[in-house]
Amino acid sequence: MVRINLTVDGARVADDVEPRMLLVHYLREKLGKTGTVVGCDTSNCGACTVHLDGTSVKSCNVLAVQADGGEVTTIEGLAQDGQLHPVQEAFRECHGLQCGYCTPGMIMQSVDLLKDNPNPSEEEIRLGLEGNLCRCTGYHNIVRAVQHAAGAGASQVPGQTEAVQA
Amino acid sequence: MTATEARPEAEAPEREIGRERRRKEDQRLITGRTRWTDNIQLPGMLHLAMVRSPFAHARITSIDTTEAKQSPNVVDVVTGQDLAETQGVLINAWPITPDQKTPTHLPVAIDRVAFAGEIVAVVVARSAAEARDAAELVDVEYDELPAALDLKEAAADTVLAHPDLGSNKSAYWVFDSGEAGTGGNVDEAIAQARESGGIVLEREYRQQRLIPAFMEPRSTVVDPTGEQLTVWSATQIPHILRFALAATTGIPESKLRVIAPDVGGGFGGKLQTTPEEWITVALARRTGKPVKYTETRSESLIAAHHGRDQWQKLTLAADREGNVTGLKVELLADLGAYVSLVGGGVPVLGAFMFNAIYKFPAYHFAVQTVLTNKTWTDAYRGAGRPEATFAIERLMDELAAEVGVDPLEIRERNWIKHEEFPFTTVAGLEYDSGNYEAATERAKEMFGYDELRAEQRRRRESGDPVQLGIGVSTFTEMCGLAPSRVLGQLDYGAGGWEHASVRMLATGKVEVVTGASAHGQGHETAFSQIVADRLGVPFEDVEVLHGDTQVAPKGLDTYGSRSLVVGGEALVKASDKVVEKAKTVAAHLLEASADDLDFSGGRFTVRGTDQGVAIQEIATAVFAAHNLPDGMEPSLDSDATFDPVNFNYPHGTHLCAMEIDTETGALHMRKYVCVDDIGNVINPLIVSGQVHGGLVQGIAQALWEEAVYDESGTLVSGSFVDYLLPTSADTISFEVDHTTTPSLTNTLGTKGVGEAGTIASTPAVVNAVVDAVRHLGITDIRMPCTPERVWRAIQDAGSGTEATTGAAAPHFDASTGMEGTVDRTAGAQDGAQQ
Repeated sequence: MVRINLTVDGARVADDVEPRMLLVHYLREKLGKTGTVVGCDTSNCGACTVHLDGTSVKSCNVLAVQADGGEVTTIEGLAQDGQLHPVQEAFRECHGLQCGYCTPGMIMQSVDLLKDNPNPSEEEIRLGLEGNLCRCTGYHNIVRAVQHAAGAGASQVPGQTEAVQA
Repeated sequence: MTATEARPEAEAPEREIGRERRRKEDQRLITGRTRWTDNIQLPGMLHLAMVRSPFAHARITSIDTTEAKQSPNVVDVVTGQDLAETQGVLINAWPITPDQKTPTHLPVAIDRVAFAGEIVAVVVARSAAEARDAAELVDVEYDELPAALDLKEAAADTVLAHPDLGSNKSAYWVFDSGEAGTGGNVDEAIAQARESGGIVLEREYRQQRLIPAFMEPRSTVVDPTGEQLTVWSATQIPHILRFALAATTGIPESKLRVIAPDVGGGFGGKLQTTPEEWITVALARRTGKPVKYTETRSESLIAAHHGRDQWQKLTLAADREGNVTGLKVELLADLGAYVSLVGGGVPVLGAFMFNAIYKFPAYHFAVQTVLTNKTWTDAYRGAGRPEATFAIERLMDELAAEVGVDPLEIRERNWIKHEEFPFTTVAGLEYDSGNYEAATERAKEMFGYDELRAEQRRRRESGDPVQLGIGVSTFTEMCGLAPSRVLGQLDYGAGGWEHASVRMLATGKVEVVTGASAHGQGHETAFSQIVADRLGVPFEDVEVLHGDTQVAPKGLDTYGSRSLVVGGEALVKASDKVVEKAKTVAAHLLEASADDLDFSGGRFTVRGTDQGVAIQEIATAVFAAHNLPDGMEPSLDSDATFDPVNFNYPHGTHLCAMEIDTETGALHMRKYVCVDDIGNVINPLIVSGQVHGGLVQGIAQALWEEAVYDESGTLVSGSFVDYLLPTSADTISFEVDHTTTPSLTNTLGTKGVGEAGTIASTPAVVNAVVDAVRHLGITDIRMPCTPERVWRAIQDAGSGTEATTGAAAPHFDASTGMEGTVDRTAGAQDGAQQ
């Protein structure tokens, strides 16, 4: 067992963990941060994406001990003072989710993408989210949501008739 | 309680149906406030890990659990022998013929395994990690048996998947229009075409094996404490699961509570009763403790049911002008190792759809279902109808090429004209409504059809290395499963009705209970819109409850694009009953005759006066029950169970433009337009989401996805590294619109939309790919149309060899003895791999 100290969603936590424990399992099983989910076992799906020290990571690909001394933000810590993060708001506004299982990871990755590139093109969004799989939306409205959040697509309301060229 | 004259503001909501309401579900999903089954933690909970067979077909000669049992925090390790009768058995709900061969399917195999991934032992430990560690220590000895892997070879009984059954052929099911009296004799039509110099097209298409690959891995938690055994499961079908558990484990149905909490997608993949669920129930009962099992993604891909997997032999007869005179369909369908819940019913769901939107005079359909030593198959988004639509829409393009006219022209010559509805098809179904001309016209306009055809000609003439192909799919489907009588005639084990309750609470809020169990579709939002309109209450005041058999005791769950057209109609009927009861109270309170009352915007008014009362006020009055009509039961709450009289027939025209680099085989989707007629739309936002997601799943079958087995029966596409789920970078944005002919089979005029995109898109894409290279002499490229297959087809086009062979995925693992992009499936060289 190894002692780790870190900050998760603004709260300081300390635990003894097995060295092999993945960050995602630490978050879910030790802290009850079940908003972050596991979708695969090969680091392909990105459902477990969180921020570690301000950068998105797939938390199935990070050991809990590697987060020692770090600051982790999960989907549960994204809204501030009861106010949704603009990316969360955009996913709802643009119907960027259906079953919602990929959504925590997708939102956390989108936040990271927009931090690096506040005005991404559609292609940059598509490439920036390539590591996050979604089976419900066909990505169409996820891309719209990121555009909406970026302000690029703020005037565009998705709906029945859409004429958006690839 | 007095009747008021002023109308409170909340009582006049604008019409909800048709509004792009943002989803009620989203707040919790975007903030991580979710209840996935794997999130559940109960005191003293134990965890399971499965020991699975690495062999496709083998006798189990011994299982040594000694070392595993000594592993830290292991509570028990059990085999099929240990569980014996207590584990129950898995059922097939749809024996498609009386003599269907159905192997016994035990949750934990006892003597023999029939596919790689089948469970042979189960470890119970205090943590999931410790259970998995110990599972590695279970020592199983196998005596490997020959495995039936290739579908065609299995159909010839070369190797038996289940030696005791004597044959791999499970069931042979036939529909013949001549015999059914719904049309002519197809063999005569074919003979006539041959004799009279007409056209006879013979084609064989492959529906590759696919994996539903919902994002949330399956998970089950069972709590045996308390009077009822509580089962949480990531399932589409909590009600069917409850029934099947009761029927096979001896637990009284009344002692079982099944809950489908937040469920992360299904696409048919969670329309199953699974060994893992049965095992979790058995171990919870055995240990007396709450037990959880959550699969890994690799386990999900190996053991959760697969979809499609057919060979389609098609013969189409037509006159020289391309008027179709007959269609003959002969299918081989791979069931995998066991006959699953729907099983052979999947191809039967396609049996009535090969004639699609067309007026064919003669039709014959036959399917042979076949057992193999692979993962079992069952419903995957569209279930039977994508296969049918692919076959006929590919054939119509081939017919157009043969006649030498535009693919849309050949369709128009054959399709049902809008003034001909209702139309009884050669398969015996009555299509209630539709307008294929209108959808096609709109799609052509959005697509810029004529301009793209002109560009295609220019590229042909200039010898552009990048060629343009245009693909057409004018699909229809039967959804809204299903009229119970029809299901009975087809020997399905249950009905197709749906149930709803509407409860008026004392405060005027409304609780709506539905038997349809959502897993991403947005029922809570769309159903709120329907009830808000019907009762005239605010959208926000409606709470939709589902997915718990103690809350929603009756239901047949969610699949087959049925929730809205069957479940929604039940809601309408229950709501109308509430209004009828409220009317009696309103008349009493207003001291008027019920005949003189109008109901609008949630308010009963006395015609010709300004007297009125809101339905919420009536709810409060009924709760108090101080002043009700004599003898009236003090309740407005109402139930309804709706059994549809017909299926539901959405249709649409999909157009796809693909660019093919003829030098490299690279494919690029340039444009995708679809115009679907799904009748009246409750929520356009939700509908567009269903269409987009459906399109990508269908496109993925055309271009990317395939479950690939090696020659020993191991699934080599058994992780997300190898199974090619499309990403955002692989896909494009779509252009979606609708035309509307309301359905006549439900009062809302709606048609199902959940499967439409998937059913329609696969042939649109493949038709576009083939269209781009048809001038090179290519008439087919097998799915998934990978760059390698396209390149090979182009290379082989002049040499007269088979155009498409081999598995989709390249192989780079030197230990297999194969190199580079050599096909890794048995028989790949002759194009007959599984």
